[in-house]
Amino acid sequence: MIEHTLLSVVLVALAIAVGLACIRAMLGPTAFDRVLAVNSIGTVAVLAIAVHGFWAGRPEFLDIAILYALLNFVGTIAVLKFFRFGSLGERAPHFDDPEN
Amino acid sequence: MDLFDLLIQILAVISLALGALAIVLGALGLVRLGDVYQRMHGAGIVDTGGAGLVLFGLLLLSPDWTVAVRVLLIGALLVFTSPTATHAIARAAGLAGVKPVLARAPRRASAGNAAEEKS
Repeated sequence: MIEHTLLSVVLVALAIAVGLACIRAMLGPTAFDRVLAVNSIGTVAVLAIAVHGFWAGRPEFLDIAILYALLNFVGTIAVLKFFRFGSLGERAPHFDDPEN
Repeated sequence: MDLFDLLIQILAVISLALGALAIVLGALGLVRLGDVYQRMHGAGIVDTGGAGLVLFGLLLLSPDWTVAVRVLLIGALLVFTSPTATHAIARAAGLAGVKPVLARAPRRASAGNAAEEKS
């Protein structure tokens, strides 16, 4: 019984964390602040899905949490590569430059 | 056996509460700190302390071993991916020319610097 109450508290804390990270994602002066905030939102969302699965008594939600963790990582790396090279797939023009 | 279950429950409750505290504090650091490189400390608290403690609490509460394996899988995934993502963000910010705040501030005259300047 006390675990159920505590899981509700953890969900509220995760919601507060998402709100604070949203503030940083809106305010952030550089693009990297926004990417960092969005990455944190993704991690908190993975935890929220997992905790909600336990809270609702349906641990099948953990599969969705695994999928979201993978998507979060790939999305962050893809956005950073797009910032850096301006493209995702083709070979960047300064790829062979040793300074980069 | 009853005492063992009670101990597991107490440990899970403590772990979940500390994890929630770490997540809120890390998100607060993400808002309050003054630089990309400083804000990464807040994001790191969310990724390691918060996620680790919450997932450890869920692992103790898991009713079945398949559920426990999934929780461990999520934990392993976060352990490997979130430092990689943070490292990529830091490297991209450094290559894009974002300077840390303390490097722009005037250098404080500590004892070591004063001795170097005299010699």
